[in-house]
Amino acid sequence: MAVTAETVRTVARLARLRVSDDEIPALQEELTRILSWVDQLQAVDTTGVEPMTRVMPVTRAWRADEVTDGDCRDALLANAPQAVHGFFAVPKVIE
Amino acid sequence: MTALTELTLTAMRAGLAAREFSARELTTAHLEAAEAARALNAFITLTPDHALAAAEAADAALARGAAGPLAGIPIGHKDLFATAGIRTTAASRMLADFVPTYESTVTARLLAAGAVPIGKLNLDEFAMGSSNESSAFGPVVSPWRAGNCDEALVPGGSSGGSAAAVAARLVAAATGTDTGGSIRQPAAFCGVVGIKPTYGRCSRFGIVAFASSLDQAGVLARTVADAAVVLEAMAGFDPRDSTSLPEPVPPWSARLSADLTGRRVGIPVEYRADGMDEAVERLWAEGARWLQDAGAQVVDVSLPHTAQALPAYYVIAPAEASSNLARYDGVRYGLRVVPEGGGLMEMYEATRAAGFGPEVRRRILIGTYVLSAGYYDAYYAKAQRVRTLIARDFAEAFRVCDLLLAPTAPTGAFPLGAKSADPIAMYLNDVFTVPASLAGLPAISVPAGLDARGLPLGLQLIGRPLDEQGVLDAALAIETRAGFCASPARWWGDDSGPS
Repeated sequence: MAVTAETVRTVARLARLRVSDDEIPALQEELTRILSWVDQLQAVDTTGVEPMTRVMPVTRAWRADEVTDGDCRDALLANAPQAVHGFFAVPKVIE
Repeated sequence: MTALTELTLTAMRAGLAAREFSARELTTAHLEAAEAARALNAFITLTPDHALAAAEAADAALARGAAGPLAGIPIGHKDLFATAGIRTTAASRMLADFVPTYESTVTARLLAAGAVPIGKLNLDEFAMGSSNESSAFGPVVSPWRAGNCDEALVPGGSSGGSAAAVAARLVAAATGTDTGGSIRQPAAFCGVVGIKPTYGRCSRFGIVAFASSLDQAGVLARTVADAAVVLEAMAGFDPRDSTSLPEPVPPWSARLSADLTGRRVGIPVEYRADGMDEAVERLWAEGARWLQDAGAQVVDVSLPHTAQALPAYYVIAPAEASSNLARYDGVRYGLRVVPEGGGLMEMYEATRAAGFGPEVRRRILIGTYVLSAGYYDAYYAKAQRVRTLIARDFAEAFRVCDLLLAPTAPTGAFPLGAKSADPIAMYLNDVFTVPASLAGLPAISVPAGLDARGLPLGLQLIGRPLDEQGVLDAALAIETRAGFCASPARWWGDDSGPS
C-alpha cells in the first residue's frame, strides 16, 4: 500500500503541520514503509475481541461536586506567547 | 575514603544519617561531577541554586532528626516532569522557554521526601525515541565506550540523560518515564537498574504527555535497593490523575528479599528471536540459572502475540501522541511562529512545523493517519483489539508462573547515528519491552553482564499487576549473583576538576 502525495498533504493539514513540497517524497516513503510494516496486524484474528479501553480494571471513585482549583489566571497566562487584558491573544481570525 | 559520588544511594543515606558527611558536601560533589561531565550532554538544565537550598534544608532536617527518606540525596529529573520555576523542555524547541508554574506530583513527592534536585535531564524529544538522538538539545553520549575504541555510543532512550547521569555518577538516582521501554532500555545500555511500575502506580500529573495509556514514571538507580527506596517515595494515589491506582504503596525496600523459594519464573519462548546477540542469549540462560539458584522454579511459557506487540504499539502510541500534541498550537504556551501577514491557521501550521523535530512530526502524521476517517477501524481499533490479546497472553502465562524473565534489549548500545536513517530498525530496539507496556505490567531491567565489546547488557523481569515486590526481589537475586560491578571508565571532563 503506497501513501500518495495527496494523502501526505491531507494528513499534514489535519495535523496542522506545515509540510513543504520538497519534504513530501521522503515523507511518502517513510509513511508507506511504516504503514506497510504495521499492516501485519491485519493477519491477527480478532473476531469477538473487544478493543482495550483501559489498562487496569479500576473504576473511578465519585467525589463531591466542589470547586477544587481556580483563581490562577495569572499563572495560566504566565507562559502565553501573547496575553492582553487577562486573555490569550491570537492573530486576527476573521478578515 | 571513597569519593562521595561513588556511593550507592543506600550508602549515602547511611552516611548522612551518621553525619559522616553533610548533604551540602554530597550535593557539591555531585554538582561538580555534573559540571565536569558536559561532554555527555546528560543535562539540559543544571539547578545548583535549588540543589544547594534543598541540601541546606536537608542538613537542618537531619540535625533535627526529622529528615525524610531521601533527605540530602542528589537526584536528577527527566526534563519531561514539570518543575515549578525551572524550565521544562521535553527536549523540544516547542517548549525551549517553558517555565511551569506548577510542580508534577512525582517531583513534588521527591522534594517532600528531602531529595536534592541537581538538574533536568536530557531525553528524546517528547520521549519519542530509543537512542536519545532526537533531542532538540543534542544527543546524550553514553559514558560507556567499547574497549579502547573512542567511538561515541548512544545511551538508549528515551530516558537517556537519566541513564547516563546515573551511570556516570552525576546523580545517585534519576526519574524516568517509560512508554514502550524508555526506562528499561537505556538502563540496560548504561549498566544501571531501571524500573517501570504498574501503570497507574505513579501519578502522570505534570508529566508532559506522550501516549497517555502507556506513559508511566519510574526510577533509574545503581542498585535494586536504591531503586526501591526512590520508587516508594514517588508512587501512590493522586486524585489529579484519572488513571492513578487507589492502592497503598507497600514498603518495597524493607521487604526486599533475594530468596525466591516457591516462585515460578516463566521464560517466554517467543522472545527467542532471530538475530539476537549471542551474548544476550547466553546471559538470558545464565539469568534463568541464577533464579533457580535463588530457589525459583523455571518453566517455559508462551506469549503467542509477541510478534504483533511492536506494530500494535506503533499504531497506538503515535495515535495518542497526535492527540496529546494537538495542544501545542502557539496559543497558550510554548513556541509561536506567525508568518508575515498570516492568520490563525497559518500560525498553527508554522508553529508546529518549526517546533517539532523529524521523529515527532513523523509520529504525529502516522497517528493522525490511523485515527482519520476510513482508517480508524483498520488501524487503531484493530491495534487495540490486538492489545487485548497481548494482555490476555500475559494473564494466561501468570496462571502458571509468577514472573517472566527476558532480555531487556536484543543488543547492547550502538554507535551514534547507526540507526538514525531507518525508523523501523530503531523501533526494533523496543521489541522486548513494549509488550509489558501494552499490558501495563511492572517490569525492571537489571544489569547482568557485558557483551563481546565490553558493553553492559540487562535482564528484564516482568510481573503481575501491582507485584513490584516480585520483580524487585527477582532482580535482587540476579544482582547478587551477577556481581555486576563494571562502571564506565571516566574519559569525559577534566580530571583535576574544580576543587
